[in-house]
Amino acid sequence: MSESAVIATPAPAASGSIRMQYARAFAGLFLRDLHVLRREMFPFIVRVCMNPMLFLFVFTFIMPHMNGGASMNPTAAMGSSFGTVLLPGLMAVAIMFSGIAAVALPLAQEFGITREIDDRVMCPLPVAAVAIEKICFSAMQSVIAAIVVFPLAYYIPSTPVVAHVESWPYLVAVVLLASITAGALGLTIGTTVEPKQIGLIFGVVVMPITFLGCVYYPWRALAPIPWLQMGVLINPIVYMSEGLRSALTPTLPHMPHAMILGMLTFFLILLTWLGIRGFLRRVIG
Amino acid sequence: MIVEIEGLRKVYQGRQQVVAVDGIDLAIQPGALFGFLGPNGAGKTTTISICTTRALPTAGRVRIAGIDVVQSPAQARRSIGVVPQYNTLDRACTIYENIHFHCLYFGFSRADAKKRTEHLLAQFHLTERASAYPQQLSGGLAQRVQIARAIAHYPKVLFLDEPSAGLDPQSRIAMWEAVKRLREEGITVVLTTHYMEEADELCDRVAIIDHGKILIEDTPAALKNSIGAQRVYELDLRDLQGIPAFLEQLQRRPGIASAEATAKGVRIFAGGGAGGGEGLLSDVVSAANPYGLRDLTITEPSLETVFIRLTGRELRE
Repeated sequence: MSESAVIATPAPAASGSIRMQYARAFAGLFLRDLHVLRREMFPFIVRVCMNPMLFLFVFTFIMPHMNGGASMNPTAAMGSSFGTVLLPGLMAVAIMFSGIAAVALPLAQEFGITREIDDRVMCPLPVAAVAIEKICFSAMQSVIAAIVVFPLAYYIPSTPVVAHVESWPYLVAVVLLASITAGALGLTIGTTVEPKQIGLIFGVVVMPITFLGCVYYPWRALAPIPWLQMGVLINPIVYMSEGLRSALTPTLPHMPHAMILGMLTFFLILLTWLGIRGFLRRVIG
Repeated sequence: MIVEIEGLRKVYQGRQQVVAVDGIDLAIQPGALFGFLGPNGAGKTTTISICTTRALPTAGRVRIAGIDVVQSPAQARRSIGVVPQYNTLDRACTIYENIHFHCLYFGFSRADAKKRTEHLLAQFHLTERASAYPQQLSGGLAQRVQIARAIAHYPKVLFLDEPSAGLDPQSRIAMWEAVKRLREEGITVVLTTHYMEEADELCDRVAIIDHGKILIEDTPAALKNSIGAQRVYELDLRDLQGIPAFLEQLQRRPGIASAEATAKGVRIFAGGGAGGGEGLLSDVVSAANPYGLRDLTITEPSLETVFIRLTGRELRE
């Protein structure tokens, strides 16, 4: 009992400014997520590797070994291997998938029958910060997922992948912007979709934005289909894959840098705003 | 006053407008064990949700330890511990981690968090289950973990929303013991319940709430006396046609506070003071015999009597 008296008196949270209190609560939430992720390392690695690995294996290893496989390359006329086209595209998909898997899917559970989210919401920091922590943590996973694509794209394809970074700061900026935007997208999806319908999201949202996200072809290659080329501009994945394409494989045709950064920032702000609004509406009655 | 509620209203807009809380004023003393008693849908949970910053009021205000919960929710949460109706334990973390991370959220250093977690696990007899996951726990055990976690950051007020719902009698008694001990630590406890004996056993003060309004607020003892019902006699009669005449006869008799018809006979509320004592039973029995008395049930005064008198008998929801 004497021990309890010693512990009960100081109340560690009583000292420090409000900003410090928020920072510590935020760090606590981040630590908790890190801890859980570390324990679920294997599923995380499988989730991050499987899609790019299979994609590269089928389209850049198996196909070229088949007769007429070369005709599978949509950018043959642009003078590059399909592996080179796929590298930035698969990184964009990895970033976006991580955003959904790290935020939208767990949120569906936490908002659902378990209402686990109530525990996080009772932390001593503004509720919006709980949502922002989710975005940040998801962004971290997206960055890891993007980096993992690199060695895969280097070793799997049968024809060499030509990657050349002209500006590292630009690459870092694109990866970070894309990763945070993906987290915000996950938050928006996780808070707008009913928990029991989250499975539907893959068919209704994830698949279309991936396949129409200039992942498997550069945006300029859509020129023969003008309506589609204009239509896909509302898809944030387009700017992720084009951004990575312009940063990693600048020999391929791509959008101007300013447009990519501008549109990624625009989607980041829009999706963060929508996501936080949805989160608050879900959490505060 | 540690909890101050003024003119609290909550209206849910929608296809059908629902007034969940309709003008509640309340002040709770530091160190009190306060109970909200009411039927389902009375507005208890909504009131607790607003007090714990998880819902916004339509009007009125709530202050916890002097901090307005709408204006500075993040600050108010430091003074609040919550055990909601449902199990909100973090399913991805063990029992130990649930409490440990809760401490970290509230700014404890890792060393302090470890010490606090170990102390709480011991206090709530959870040390053996420290590495279990919430899904592996029984309802009573999960409830104890939730209480331990809720008080980990030394809140001034602990809110328990229907803490004994779904617990077996042993777990309920263990939970009561835990709650009583919290009071000894100086934590103010506010709980909601629709179990009368729980309110009677635990609370210093009780507010009976229905349709979003507080009907009455007092100590359990005063409530039991105030309504005038000392004892309740339930009589089953063979002659149902004679009930109105019998009721009239009963109401004239001294020592009877009131009487009402039931499906099988009459219900008599004995009044306090003279005539309400032992002698009343034989009077009632002899008066009822001409109407074919079949059965007689005597209920000692309880909060349930008060509760039913105030909130009626019809089924809710």
